[in-house]
Amino acid sequence: MKPAPFVYHDPRTVAEACDLLATRENARVLAGGQSLMPMMNFRYAMPDHLIDLNRVDELAYLRCEGEVLRVGAMTRQRDLEFSPEVGKRCPVLREALSHVGHRQTRNRGTLGGSLCHLDPSAELVNVAALLGGTLHVVSKGGARDIPFAEFAVAYMTTSLQPDELLAGATLPLPARGRGHAFAEFARRHGDFAIVACSALIGLDRDGRIADAAVALSGLGHAPVRPASIERALRGEKPGAAAFKAAAAEAGGFDAVADAYVTAAYRRHLARVLVYRALEQASMRALEAGNG
Amino acid sequence: MADTRTITVTVNGRVCSREVETRLTLADFLRHELNLTGTHVGCEHGVCGACTVLVGGVSARACLMLAVQCDGREVATVESLADGDELNPLQQAFRDNHGLQCGFCTPGILMTLTEFLRDHPDPGEAEVRDVLSGNLCRCTGYQAIVAATLDAAKRMRGGA
Repeated sequence: MKPAPFVYHDPRTVAEACDLLATRENARVLAGGQSLMPMMNFRYAMPDHLIDLNRVDELAYLRCEGEVLRVGAMTRQRDLEFSPEVGKRCPVLREALSHVGHRQTRNRGTLGGSLCHLDPSAELVNVAALLGGTLHVVSKGGARDIPFAEFAVAYMTTSLQPDELLAGATLPLPARGRGHAFAEFARRHGDFAIVACSALIGLDRDGRIADAAVALSGLGHAPVRPASIERALRGEKPGAAAFKAAAAEAGGFDAVADAYVTAAYRRHLARVLVYRALEQASMRALEAGNG
Repeated sequence: MADTRTITVTVNGRVCSREVETRLTLADFLRHELNLTGTHVGCEHGVCGACTVLVGGVSARACLMLAVQCDGREVATVESLADGDELNPLQQAFRDNHGLQCGFCTPGILMTLTEFLRDHPDPGEAEVRDVLSGNLCRCTGYQAIVAATLDAAKRMRGGA
């Protein structure tokens, strides 16, 4: 028995969960448990109250509505992975999911849990940045929306207040014809990436890049959408020259270092992965145009 | 003082009710309360996969679930596979292909593959290697596990 003692709560509704969060000191919200449970087993996290959302059915949903994907915070990663609609309308999300942990952890892990845990190089965090999603947050006092770009405030720290709960996310679906890619480097498949890069590319009638979205994670505490790269790609012909310029730009970004990976190596990976992601996304955009 | 609850879990088809501390993990519940020691506990933080069981037919790390979360649910452990002394086709394929050496990781691997082969009766080698990425084995080098899995799939399809 590893976790330190806590009082366990398993609310059935969002309202009950918010009420508990508002009234209990040192409470933590448990989603799929694939990050918080290890932290509790190690006693990095020792909440006095554990508010388990696994029986709050209203937080698990997945709907494609027009041009957006609406996902409940408690929607399992496996449900995103196996959704035919996600595969068709947002293949970059499915591709990213294939790198998220393993079969057994995706069976339990949730979208909301991953976003709130906010590991700097988590794949779902990267894709949320790429798509530019909006997070729906609730508390006893009400509800508010947070643009994903404003969600991360520091290393593994979100802008959620202690009494707030992530209820779901609205993710804009890539426009039709966009080519996608998700490229990462990790020491072993299923590990958190050291650096990851996702991309969406749209081509105009002349085959030039009409719009480009790039999300790069692993350099700092949250993924970045490098505006300089996205802007420079517009109007370019997709090819080695444009990709090389983008890669060189990425290789010049600031990067953090830790006990295992130097900043220089992260920059090297950023350069390589930006090139690969842009190349593959462009190729797929071309195929979509020809198909 | 301790936060406890009475839970009822159907484990391997048997309905089990126990009063447990809410912080008890599913892995420890199976091993210490039900004496089902086939589920092995390795890293206890979700990395090694030794404790993998099926919850509601879906594989999960038993060290990352609380026993209380399984109240009213069905859990299947490695003890559900054999019929008395008779190994099931997956277990038999592991035995015949030397798919285990020390055996510590084997229960988790068998449960992972029980789910996998149910959903993918005719898998390719790449898919087998991908699903095995969630289970660490330090003896076999995986080669024999992959061979055993492909052999088991064939037997279960009736091609043995």
